[in-house]
Amino acid sequence: MILVIAEQQGGTLNRTSLETIAAAQQTGSDVKVAVPGADVSAVAAALAAAQVAEVLSVQAAALDAYTLDGYVAALAEVVQRERPDHVFLSHTYRTRDFAPALAVRLGMALVTDCVATRWLDGQLIVVRAMFQGRLYADVTTSGPALVSFQIGAVRLDSLVNGSAPAPVRTVAVAIDAGSIRQKPEAPFREAKQAVDLTQAERIVAVGRGIKELDKIDMARQLAAVIGAELGASRPICDAGWLPMDRQVGSSGQTVAPKLYLALGISGAIQHLVGMKGARTIVAINKDSEAPIFEVADYGIVGDLFEIVPAMLKALQEA
Amino acid sequence: MKIAVCIKQVPARDWQPRVNDDRTWVRDQDASFEVNEPDAYALEEGLRLKEKHGGEVVVCSAGPARVAQALREALARGADRAIHVEDDGLARGDAFAVAEALASAMRVEQFDLVLTGLQSDDQGFAQTGGVLAEMLGIASATIIMEVDVQPGAVRVKRELEGGWFQFVTLPLPAVLTIQSGINQLRYATLKGIMAAKRKEIRKAVPPAGLASRQRIVSLYVPEKTKRTEMIGGSPVEAAKELVRRLRDEARVIS
Repeated sequence: MILVIAEQQGGTLNRTSLETIAAAQQTGSDVKVAVPGADVSAVAAALAAAQVAEVLSVQAAALDAYTLDGYVAALAEVVQRERPDHVFLSHTYRTRDFAPALAVRLGMALVTDCVATRWLDGQLIVVRAMFQGRLYADVTTSGPALVSFQIGAVRLDSLVNGSAPAPVRTVAVAIDAGSIRQKPEAPFREAKQAVDLTQAERIVAVGRGIKELDKIDMARQLAAVIGAELGASRPICDAGWLPMDRQVGSSGQTVAPKLYLALGISGAIQHLVGMKGARTIVAINKDSEAPIFEVADYGIVGDLFEIVPAMLKALQEA
Repeated sequence: MKIAVCIKQVPARDWQPRVNDDRTWVRDQDASFEVNEPDAYALEEGLRLKEKHGGEVVVCSAGPARVAQALREALARGADRAIHVEDDGLARGDAFAVAEALASAMRVEQFDLVLTGLQSDDQGFAQTGGVLAEMLGIASATIIMEVDVQPGAVRVKRELEGGWFQFVTLPLPAVLTIQSGINQLRYATLKGIMAAKRKEIRKAVPPAGLASRQRIVSLYVPEKTKRTEMIGGSPVEAAKELVRRLRDEARVIS
């Protein structure tokens, strides 16, 4: 049996949990889904539409706001009771927060950033990205493992729904609120974003390959000529070369424009999850093995400082 | 305040990983190595906290002999001393093996605050900090963008997804995993480099029976799932052809 730990916030299901249920279904094992929270009856009912053996509402008042200690205490108890072969999760920021401690508590391995699984002689082989997505590794664990799936690795439309809703069972967990060391405050967004890249039809995005602050002007010019917004990968915003609201990726905005033109972006997975939904992706990079080419429709291997000016010229000629 | 910063030495970003003959690791004999980037931000944060609150910064790393170079760089940037848990096998170890090795050498030190990067550029486990905290029996918080030390506690700004943040307060001692971009990195000065030569690197031996919980059975270049039209020729020809394709084929520009 595979136990999927679903994620919800204030009664709203995180859609990536459905991808992870689909991943669990694809193993061919029985699947149970556990969803922790203070009152998760509505989310549990929604999850029960999927073809799974059972949905567990893991409820405790102390699980109202997410805390690492609260989640580890609750989920350790559930896993110990249910004794799954493996536990599947989405590789969200929340999973990244609590899963390491949960793995230690349970004495299990934690295999992160997975893209696929398969069975080999009764053993689960987990495929995970390494070296910034340049390589994949087939990984095995000596016993039951926590396995977290990269966002978007499993297609949501591959989720199989049941002919009738799955049974929902409420599991009350005893959590001593006083033992929770993290005291969370309410989530917030920074001052209103000046740019809404999610609405942009075209985006010209720059990455480390742009090398110098002054060179961003060239990208800005190209963006102006083709009617695009300027975007960036995280390192550019970290360096303060462009404001944070220009950032595309897991910690920035998720975009789906008609055209995404990536200049000097290698394509770390944190960036790819934010833009791979674009209709046409162009990558210009000096490294022919950069992972950005994995998702590109058109690619040019070369020096962007030569190619971009030549593009500007070609655009003005016609 | 006694601050530990755990750093990992990883192959340089522009190094192209090649799989070795038995397809279980990379051919890193010819690689150049550097300090994992998020760990460099963690070190910078540690140095800033020391400047504000006093105390010392101890930089810790678990890995083969070459790791001493990364520790020296951290000392040159201002760390006071270093701990090196030396073992060749740790270069390929998983987060549990590395965290256990670090924990064994760090326990006696009784650090108030332990900082490390949120993940490494090589194996990318994104769990060493969290595993280490649990092994040390102290609280943790991850993906941190701001650290405010208060009496007996630390208030941190956690990054959530999609531009959301959250402040969380946790008691000291604690482990924090630091997100890239939390601060602006400083570079080592010549004076710092000279001073680093006289700073102590304590060598420690990892505990016996150190074991990874996950094992790589095969390492390979991912198969392409999307057909990419590669456009060749000189920069001018390629640029022209790309513009033509975007206009006439993809029809995404006018």
